[in-house]
Amino acid sequence: MSDPNPVSGSPDKEPATEAELTATSKADRGATMTSPKQPAPGPRPTLGRLFLDNLWAANTVTVTVLALVLAMLVGAVLIIVSDPEVLATYGYITARPADALNASWTVVSEAYANLFKGAVFDPEASGFTAALSPISETLTYTAPLVFTGLSVALAFRGGLFNIGAQGQATMGVILAAVAGFALPLPPVVHLVVALIAGAVGGAVWGFVPGILKARTGAHEVINTIMLNYVAVYFLSWIIVQNGVQNPDRADAISRPVDSSAALPRLLGDNLRVHAGILLAVLATWAIAWLLNRSTLGFELRAVGANPDAARTAGISVTKTYVLVMVIAGMLAGLGGSQMVLGSTANALTPLVIAQIGFDGILVALLGRVKPWGVLLAALLFGALQAGGNRMQSYSGISLELVTVLQALIVIFIAAPALVKAIFQLRAARAARLQTSLAKGW
Amino acid sequence: MSTTAVPDVAVAAVDEGFWTRPRKVGLVLLALGVLATVLFGALATGQQARFTLSETEGGAALEIQGTLGAILFGVVAAAAGGALLAGVPKRWFTLVLGVGLVGFVLSFLCWQVSAAPEGRNFMPMVNIVRGTFILALPLVFGALAGVLCERSGVVNVAIEGQLLMGAFSGALFGSLSGNVWVGLVAAAVGGAFISLLLAVFAIRYLVDQVVMGVVLNLLAVGVTGFLYERLMQTNADKYNSAPRFGNWEIPLLKDIPLLGPALFRGNIFLYLGLLLVLVIHLALFRTRWGLRTRSVGEHPTAADTLGVKVLGLRYRNVLLAGVVAGIGGASYTLALYSFTKNMIGGKGFIALAALIFGRWSPTGALLAALFFGFADQLATYLGAIGSSIPSQFLAMLPYLATILAVAGLVGRVRAPAADGKPYVKG
Repeated sequence: MSDPNPVSGSPDKEPATEAELTATSKADRGATMTSPKQPAPGPRPTLGRLFLDNLWAANTVTVTVLALVLAMLVGAVLIIVSDPEVLATYGYITARPADALNASWTVVSEAYANLFKGAVFDPEASGFTAALSPISETLTYTAPLVFTGLSVALAFRGGLFNIGAQGQATMGVILAAVAGFALPLPPVVHLVVALIAGAVGGAVWGFVPGILKARTGAHEVINTIMLNYVAVYFLSWIIVQNGVQNPDRADAISRPVDSSAALPRLLGDNLRVHAGILLAVLATWAIAWLLNRSTLGFELRAVGANPDAARTAGISVTKTYVLVMVIAGMLAGLGGSQMVLGSTANALTPLVIAQIGFDGILVALLGRVKPWGVLLAALLFGALQAGGNRMQSYSGISLELVTVLQALIVIFIAAPALVKAIFQLRAARAARLQTSLAKGW
Repeated sequence: MSTTAVPDVAVAAVDEGFWTRPRKVGLVLLALGVLATVLFGALATGQQARFTLSETEGGAALEIQGTLGAILFGVVAAAAGGALLAGVPKRWFTLVLGVGLVGFVLSFLCWQVSAAPEGRNFMPMVNIVRGTFILALPLVFGALAGVLCERSGVVNVAIEGQLLMGAFSGALFGSLSGNVWVGLVAAAVGGAFISLLLAVFAIRYLVDQVVMGVVLNLLAVGVTGFLYERLMQTNADKYNSAPRFGNWEIPLLKDIPLLGPALFRGNIFLYLGLLLVLVIHLALFRTRWGLRTRSVGEHPTAADTLGVKVLGLRYRNVLLAGVVAGIGGASYTLALYSFTKNMIGGKGFIALAALIFGRWSPTGALLAALFFGFADQLATYLGAIGSSIPSQFLAMLPYLATILAVAGLVGRVRAPAADGKPYVKG
């Protein structure tokens, strides 16, 4: 969508503050020589007032926080309606409303408390390791999501919708794992080789839709969806091949990756957080640099904004599309590699990369397709995932609720006009999704 | 999809001159035919390859010696390729291509069946045809949902979610009420619910339609998975034991060999699916609604100028698509299985592929769905006879075929011009 709110209609397009604009135009009329650039005269609002004004405006942070709140409200409704005991109290709500409310509050608050304790901090935890455990879990889940999120976000900026992060991550994890158990290499070299193998696997899977898009105009959305499934079947095939399958096991699981290829753990063996999160920060910085400071990044953004104009300006659209998809594939491949080189698993299974590719789409959207935004969004999703595990084991609330929350958050931030209308927010810039797509199929 | 083609392509120019598209297709077909003749012919054994009309080894059958069959059909495919290469009249293109592809498949089957272990070297055609239809059915519903949406200009990537929601609510309300018809209606409503979200966000809030589709799929997976674990797993008797539609046999027609058991002894969903293909085809190309739908999908501004209510029509069609897909989802839970987590398992995306492969037309979607269903059934069959071909590679076939189609190698596909573009009244 080159502009999700064309013409007018949506207030998101309106400039920051209407009041300021009116003030400026009045000032212009009063003193005709005043340059429009000068700030409007009048009493300067206090800092606190400005803060409050901005707090309740539809800016990125506010909309995201409110989207989270809305998503958790819907989640609470789901928890209540799916609990037969609580639901039973609603049978006599007119007679004893307190029962229903108390029961609902208990089950929902307990679930969300566990979500928080599992993701951030557990006040009852004793000892260094236990206290750090939630954060460690959150960071463990965050790291691969940063990579897949960056993959999707980078492609978005180049005007391509990479639904294929899942497939690219799958190819990445296959090659990384094979390199991890098949090559006899010394520790550090082995890890580097395995990571490169993963990046190459993803890059190949990104190259295919890229070249098809550039050469034949075949839509990348369709091709990446199809390649996702091809990758899934390839994974399920390669796992059971001789030399790959674990000889001691009858089920579909590969040989384990050598310890020399594993990403080192950061906080001792009892905490799962590993060096992948450092790589993730590094990758975020690199992509931010690439997008905002490099020639390729400029060309990429130009093509994303308007391919025709970019071509007229002498930028090779073909080359850019291919490069964008290759880099996006590399990122997703690296994200996938972490699923066997990190601490989540050390062998290929059919579900080894879980949903990280699809979650990457949500992360990219939530991060407003900006690298550092993606990092923060991945952190939120990682926290939800980590907290969801605890919620599942302590409160018996299925982990699927996390998927619901994640999808809902993105739905709400994708339509900031809706959030604005619900909470009567003031208009502000930003907040809207900058997905420069919608060229149709 | 060619609408977004980058003009600095190298392929487009090739269409003129000697290497027209039929010739290129012919070359590929010729290569496949030669490959089949040489490779399949060499690998096939001298055993008889039996294609029985019944479900068992006995009964009437078509029989051919394995090696002979593999070579013969391979030659047929190569000859068809050669004919295309030499140049045939345009109207024969599809026919010749079809003959060539069927020849290739038969050659492959002669090899596979003749190489199967003793006692299993026969192919029960009834099973294959029936299995093809059963496996194609959800794809037909899904692809029809896609046709309804996309012909009016709304990209529907949420087919998977609509199918899943339909399957879930069909199972849930069917179980609660103990009535299949209540389940069927609930399934339609469930599919329409996902559609409603898609419509509101895509049409009212102008959210990117592909983005919305992807997110809705995840939402559907999450909601149904969550409620499944909370309700259905803890109390399956109450929440997940929906009654099922039985098979309705149509007298006389059911006795037609081969097609009878596959087509006329099915359940309500089979008849409904085939009927819907016909109805939507006629409606789309023969009625006022169809003309309006197509015009809104191709050029909404022009349609608006002529007084067609663009947004209203889009809302209606997207909701209708949800109803169709929801019923498709119910074809699982109200006829075959009880609900399980994520039970659609990517069928929605194959349906999307069938829609594209079938070039956004109901009949094309049906044929594509049958082709994909056949590939799926064949994978099962080959697994059963202990084939050396890994079933995973056959399972990839629909996806690879779609990629080739989209890239313009199998046939040029073109989406409705305004597909995916939100319409804002100027």
